[in-house]
Amino acid sequence: MVVFEKPKALADVQMHYCPGCTHGIVHRLVAEVIDELGIEGKTIGIAPVGCSVMAYNYFNCDMIEAAHGRAPAVATGVKRSDPENHIVFTYQGDGDLASIGMAETVHSAARNENITVIFINNAIYGMTGGQMAPTSLPGQVTQTSPYGRDTDACGFPIRVCEMLSTLDGPEYLERVTVNNVKNVKNAKKAIKKAFQNQIDGKGFSLVEVVSSCPTNWGMTPQDALKWIDEKMLPYYPLGVYKDRSAEKEEK
Amino acid sequence: MSDKVLMKGNEAIAEAAIIAGCRHYFGYPITPQTEVAAYMAKRMPKIGGTFLQAESEIAAINMVYGVASTGKRVMTSSSSPGISLKGEGLSYLAGADLPSLVINVQRGGPGLGGIQPSQSDYFQATKGAAHGDFHMLVLAPSSVQEMADLTVKGFDLADKYRMTAMVLADGTMGQMMEPVSLDYEIGEPIEKPWATTGTKMERPHNIVNSLFLEPDVLEKSNFERYERYSYIEENECMYEEYMMDDAEICVTAFGIAARVSKNAINEARKKGIKVGLIRPITLWPFPKAPYKKAADKVKEIISVELSMGQMIEDVRLASECKVPVTLCNRVGGMIPTPEQVLEAIEKAAKGGNK
Repeated sequence: MVVFEKPKALADVQMHYCPGCTHGIVHRLVAEVIDELGIEGKTIGIAPVGCSVMAYNYFNCDMIEAAHGRAPAVATGVKRSDPENHIVFTYQGDGDLASIGMAETVHSAARNENITVIFINNAIYGMTGGQMAPTSLPGQVTQTSPYGRDTDACGFPIRVCEMLSTLDGPEYLERVTVNNVKNVKNAKKAIKKAFQNQIDGKGFSLVEVVSSCPTNWGMTPQDALKWIDEKMLPYYPLGVYKDRSAEKEEK
Repeated sequence: MSDKVLMKGNEAIAEAAIIAGCRHYFGYPITPQTEVAAYMAKRMPKIGGTFLQAESEIAAINMVYGVASTGKRVMTSSSSPGISLKGEGLSYLAGADLPSLVINVQRGGPGLGGIQPSQSDYFQATKGAAHGDFHMLVLAPSSVQEMADLTVKGFDLADKYRMTAMVLADGTMGQMMEPVSLDYEIGEPIEKPWATTGTKMERPHNIVNSLFLEPDVLEKSNFERYERYSYIEENECMYEEYMMDDAEICVTAFGIAARVSKNAINEARKKGIKVGLIRPITLWPFPKAPYKKAADKVKEIISVELSMGQMIEDVRLASECKVPVTLCNRVGGMIPTPEQVLEAIEKAAKGGNK
């Protein structure tokens, strides 16, 4: 008896991610949600530029590769092309979403564009070999902050969920992580809600997944998961930052 | 024949696009093309279409990329500085072989430049809109009627060849009013089996993409694209010849410069000077044939441009340097007068421009 299967929405191919990278977990969660909601046939995913650039090979739904940072704009076009029949998600890293694509992120949120955004925050540029990201922590050593991120010279990390929560536009913003079983389960719940919101026509839903990058952090996979608890989560607290429908119900 | 209506060039483009079946427009305000956006903002909501003012030119062209991925007709419009911002998106559209229509109502540059008419984006449009080897179909209207006609034609060519078609107009064309007939026969939309519209669980997934990490695969995609370009160069060139049959001097110009040149040619003819005009309508593919023919019988070709001399390079190549090709120009938003062009024609008749 098979008790653990690959989700149907996940392609049966070898992924290129490094050992211990959490992209694999998040891909799987997205695919499980697509399966459970029965939406693979109408889903169109937008891949970013960065480590997950080749996500277009890893999901069985239709996929589009966007220019660096432009995924929310591309998603806007795809969604508006046929709002009734297209379920659209973007999958973006921190450099893509919070640096070069910040304008597209903020404005698609402000428009409450009815799309789902999966945001991987691992505080580093992985694909190009470990440079400082807009979310790199103060003091964090990277290839382009070799003496540690100096906040006098290059400013402070950006907390995306907190920042977007000041806008009236977005429907739902939640930060999760995937460094243990409990957190993975919570992450899946959030991702499912972010897709369900789109199906229900509620609007812009973003799930920020605090993730690990053992290769570029220079750690073992286990230490990297610990580093999430010790360093990342104090700066990036987990939780729901906006849930407009829930807020309305409370009132 | 249908009735003619008096329209601004920018509005003629917008209405023609709607007639051609375009229901998605994304733009960002910039003079002198903002009437296109304003027209779309008014019309699209009434016909179930989408008008969206994007946060930037970059976002607008990427929204175009999104709709184009789903196979629907889509357009954006801008003016020179805005087109530079769209460059990234134009390259990605080319790399992913997506059809789209882009309007450039040119203004003077470089930099922020000015808001008066110019043709100084010729190089950008025909040779290098952005990184990588690629072309766009570039159509140059010289009347409000052609603003509309070439918009419809642009959508057809874009779909047929899976390319971006650019209507390269200028501030004069955008702003001036002329009577227009908008009587078009629009064919059935062509099949786009590559479009990402959801698999409906009936086919393998489609991928719209311009990333090819294996160099031999990327090389092959470039070679294939250029085979398509060769076919287009052989089959889609458009141009107008005016009084070229007995011409001893050839004036060449596109857009507003061609309108001015025709006036000058008419005056020169009255003075007995045998002069004609070659007006390219497609700037890419560039129509080489009429220049090759002219080079065997005229003594000089005068290129009239609102630039420091950009099309002139293609004219020299097309005429194989058999006769002198000289430049008659104004820039920065200034337009050559018929008198200035006539003077150049008279000099050519007397022994040649320097």
